[in-house]
Amino acid sequence: MSQDASLRIIAAGPGTTLQDGGRHFYLRYGITAAGPMDALAHATANLAVGNISDATAIEVTLGGIEVTADGAPLTLAVAGGAFAVTLDGRALPPGALILTLEPGATFRIRAGESGAWCYLAVAGRIKVPPVLGSNATHTRTNFGGIDGRALRAGDVLRVEPPDIAAVPLGVIAAPWLDRPPGIIRVVLGPQDDYFAQDQIAAFRDGPWTVSTKADRMAFFIDGPTLTHAKGYNILSDGIAMGAIQVPGNGRPIVLMADRQSTGGYPKIATVIGPDLGRLAQARAGTSFRFEIVSVEQAVAARRAEADVLARGIVIEPLVRTQFSSEFLLGLNLIDGVVAR
Amino acid sequence: MSLPTTPRFLDAGETALVVEFGDVVDPVINAQVLALDTALRADPPKGVRECVPTYRSLMIHYDPLQIDRARLVDAARSAVADTIVSATVGTTWRFPCCYELPFAEDLDEVAGLLKLSRDEVVRLHTGTPLRVYMYGFSPGQLYLGGVPERLAISRRAEPRPPQPAGGVSIAGGLSVVVPFVMPTGWYVIGCTPERLYAPERDNPFFIQPGDQLRFEPVDVATYHALAERAGRGEVVARKSAA
Repeated sequence: MSQDASLRIIAAGPGTTLQDGGRHFYLRYGITAAGPMDALAHATANLAVGNISDATAIEVTLGGIEVTADGAPLTLAVAGGAFAVTLDGRALPPGALILTLEPGATFRIRAGESGAWCYLAVAGRIKVPPVLGSNATHTRTNFGGIDGRALRAGDVLRVEPPDIAAVPLGVIAAPWLDRPPGIIRVVLGPQDDYFAQDQIAAFRDGPWTVSTKADRMAFFIDGPTLTHAKGYNILSDGIAMGAIQVPGNGRPIVLMADRQSTGGYPKIATVIGPDLGRLAQARAGTSFRFEIVSVEQAVAARRAEADVLARGIVIEPLVRTQFSSEFLLGLNLIDGVVAR
Repeated sequence: MSLPTTPRFLDAGETALVVEFGDVVDPVINAQVLALDTALRADPPKGVRECVPTYRSLMIHYDPLQIDRARLVDAARSAVADTIVSATVGTTWRFPCCYELPFAEDLDEVAGLLKLSRDEVVRLHTGTPLRVYMYGFSPGQLYLGGVPERLAISRRAEPRPPQPAGGVSIAGGLSVVVPFVMPTGWYVIGCTPERLYAPERDNPFFIQPGDQLRFEPVDVATYHALAERAGRGEVVARKSAA
């Protein structure tokens, strides 16, 4: 029988938000979809704890987070960039993990070697009031999450836990989350005809660097200055996630999860879905170039990604050999059995 | 009435297709966009997730693992061919707007730049119904066209400080109504007590693209009275008889 349980936020870095798969079907009314910056990592964390792939989870930023369970144990998964995690102060192995957090125990995530976002999923349902059918937080318009704002110390997230047994500490086998940026694939358009061929080539070759101005709404990228062939004002039209708009100053902006629904600058190309998370995870200073692909190639990459998740998440319990018995005793985990 | 023209099909990545009917603000082009939107909503091909109508194009968000691009283009093309486009408008709304201080923050500036009196600016803005072309940019934000040429004013080079919620602005021969407080490069000439996004109403967004707004000047006291009623959930804009 499930008990009342909650996840309490002890500390949260700026910009930590609740995100589900996004607020869809209202773009026509100017409502931003929001949703995770790295959908593949978000889905991985959710699937690992037995949730649906687009369930509500915490999107953790470079500022990190510290949480504890209140009332009952909670099963958590973390997946995304290479963040450093500790349980009651003890370092856990790097990479995607699953564990059961006992009441009073503290789980902490901090920025690690690489990556800009990671996802903390909780088995069961995080109970916050949906707005237009979604819990995705869009802080610029105060939609979703808790009062449309970022999470902060003292917030308590009530959780409806599923009837599942506590899980042993395990590593989530998710090699697909190891995605160095290097090359970001794009489909040209919808306004590539606003640029001459040499400008398309300059756009492709870059090289580009993620600037310090990179957030949930947009990634400003540094590189060659592009010139427009026929001006830079277009009649506002729809903006897809990953659209690369080139404003009057010729410096491209990649529009991300919190982008506005429509806009009035030419969009030279669009980052393909499977490479959006890869770009999102690139920190300021990371350099890359674009590769132009066809819609068919983009769909093939998308299908490959869907197939990976469809095969299911494999969890490898940590065994005694990987840790000292003292460490495992300290975690109350011997041979994968959680003592109560 | 107008025969549908052949639209352009442009990719916005592998999950969005732009069906573009033209490149100007024109009620007939917009009517073509809205007709395709209506057709795809009435009978959505499997894999179509949502559509976003704008001035001159429809963005179709789709799942390419459920419908491939070629089939989507075919479906859109046949929907365009089967659609009778008429430039008739939807509902005309008498839409209250206060053109007085403290709401009409930029009215004096606009009047000065256009060499008109304040009253003339208001008369021009209220004198003719403005077509709702699209929502965009922020929740419930309306983009209107049909603004008289004498009110054509360029956007500001630098955005002005945040305008109040409900701000009614003009720039570039267009007008917008902006429900959220935000910085803008447009000139704020008034403010409406109406709420364009009201989550507690059965229909949080009651204006549809293709509708028309005929702005009606209200004084500050009336503005506050209407805002209070709107705050309780009432729609304070009125359908026009004609």
